[in-house]
Amino acid sequence: MSEPIDWRPSASLEMLRARADLLARIRDFFRHAGVLEVETPACSRFGVTDPAIESLTTRYTGPGAAQGGLRYLHTSPEFPMKRLLAAGSGPIYQLCRVFRNGELGSRHNPEFSLLEWYRPGFDHHQLMHEVACLIQSLADRDLPIERLSYAEAFERQLGIEPHTATAPQLQACAIEHQIAGAENLLLEDRDGWLDLLLSHLIEPHLGVDGMTFLYDYPSTQAALSRVRPGNPSVAERFELYLSGVEIANGFHELVDAAEQRRRFLDDNRRREAMGLATVPPDEHLLAALEAGMPDSAGVAVGVDRLLMILTGSRHIRQTLAFDAERA
Amino acid sequence: MATYSTNEFKGGLKIMLDGDPCSIIENEFVKPGKGQAFNRVKIRNLKTGRVLEKTFKSGESVESADVHETDLQYLYNDGEFWHFMDPDSFEQVSADAAAVGETVKWLKEQDLCTVTLWNGTPLIVEPPKFVVLNITDTDPGLKGDTSGSGGKPATLETGAVVRVPLFVQIGEAIKVDTRTGEYVSRAKEE
Repeated sequence: MSEPIDWRPSASLEMLRARADLLARIRDFFRHAGVLEVETPACSRFGVTDPAIESLTTRYTGPGAAQGGLRYLHTSPEFPMKRLLAAGSGPIYQLCRVFRNGELGSRHNPEFSLLEWYRPGFDHHQLMHEVACLIQSLADRDLPIERLSYAEAFERQLGIEPHTATAPQLQACAIEHQIAGAENLLLEDRDGWLDLLLSHLIEPHLGVDGMTFLYDYPSTQAALSRVRPGNPSVAERFELYLSGVEIANGFHELVDAAEQRRRFLDDNRRREAMGLATVPPDEHLLAALEAGMPDSAGVAVGVDRLLMILTGSRHIRQTLAFDAERA
Repeated sequence: MATYSTNEFKGGLKIMLDGDPCSIIENEFVKPGKGQAFNRVKIRNLKTGRVLEKTFKSGESVESADVHETDLQYLYNDGEFWHFMDPDSFEQVSADAAAVGETVKWLKEQDLCTVTLWNGTPLIVEPPKFVVLNITDTDPGLKGDTSGSGGKPATLETGAVVRVPLFVQIGEAIKVDTRTGEYVSRAKEE
C-alpha cells in the first residue's frame, strides 16, 4: 500500500504572510539605505570550488551549446555580484533562491532563500553593524548585541586556543566534553575538529538572548575573505548567531586576483584528495578582480532561518511553502 | 555485509554499534555553512534498551543490523528459556530472561507476541496489547458494591498484580491492557 500523496504546503498560510512581510521589510530597509536591488544568474558554467559546498548541476542544450553543457546552480550569488561591484555598481543587494546538494535537516533545505549584500568601503566590523541594524528592524523586541572573536568563544566555552591547538588536542577536547563518538571520528584536518567543537558545544550558547557576532576566523577557514597578517593571522570573516542558530556569514572581501586564483586551485586540490569532483574556477570573477574590485564587505543571510527564529519555528520546513520532500 | 550511509539514516533504521544492534530514534543533520557536515543521532541499544547519542561524519557508512519484528506464539517456559513458535512455519526460537524482561508477567501460553529478532535470536518480546488472564487471588471484597469505585489488588495466573473493581472475584477471567497494566473489563465467556 502506498501512502497518500501529501499535496498540501509545509508552511501555514499565516507563515506565508509572515514571509511576505519579512521580504517586504528587507526591501524597505535597503531602499532607505540606498542599496540597489540586483538579480544575477542562478545557472552558470562555473561553480563553487569550496570542498564543504556541493553544487547541484544541470545541463543546457540549445543555441550556443549544441552538444549540451554542464551548468552549476548557484550556491550563493557571490561571484556575479562581485563582478557588478567591479563594474562600478556601488552598494547592491539580492534576494534569491540558492541550491546546495546534500543538505537536508531541521535547519537545512537543498534550496533556500539568501539575502546577500555588498558595501564598497566597509570592513567586516562596519558590515556587522549594518547587519545588526537590519535584524533589529525586523525583530519585535530589543536584541542586545554581543561581539566575540572566534578565539574568545573557544576560550570562554572550552578553554582551548583554536588558532594553535593541534588536531589531537582538539579531539581530546571533544572527548573530554563528551561528544559521543568523537574517539572514532576520522576528520580530514584541524578545521574538521574545530567545526565539530563549534557546532556541538559552542553554537548552542551563541545568541541565546540576542545577536552574537563571531569574527576573526582561523586563516584556514578564510573562504573568500581577506586574511589579516599577525600572530596568529586571522580571516576577516564573521558569522551571526540568533538562538544558537547560524544566520549569516560575512567577509571583508578578498579582492586580490592572484590570491583568489591560488585559493580556487587549492580548493580543487583538496577536492581531489577527498575524492570529490573538481569544479572549474570562475574565470569571469578572476578577470573582474584583475580589472579591480573596490574594497568591500559582503554578507549572506539565511532568510528561512531568520524567519524560523522570528516566528519561533523548530523546523525549516515550517517556513517553506513546500519543503524538499514536497517539492 | 550490508551497510548504510548517513544519508540513509532515519527513525527506525537498525544499525550495529560497538557490536550491539541499535535502532535510530532521531537523526539530526548538523553543518556549518562553510564546514564539515555531521549526523548527530539518538540511538536505542536494542540489547540494553539504553538510549545514547552518537555523532558521525556525514557520508560515513555503518554496518546494518539484521533486526526485524515478527508475531510468534508463546509455547512454554522450561525454567531457563521461553519458547516461541512461528504459527506459519512452525519454527521455534527461545528467548532468555533479558529478552523477555517485564513481559514475563503477561505471558500466557498460546498468545501471539511481537518478537524482535536479531540474526534469528529474540532480542525483545512484547506482549499482545490486551491479554485475558484468570484471577488466582484477590480479597473477596464488599458484597453488593458494583460501582467499581476504589478497587482492590488481584493476582493473576501469570503472577502480575492489577487493580480490579471490588465485584471481580477469584477464578474470573479479566481483560488487561498490557501497555498500562490496567484492568479493562471482565472477559466474556467463550
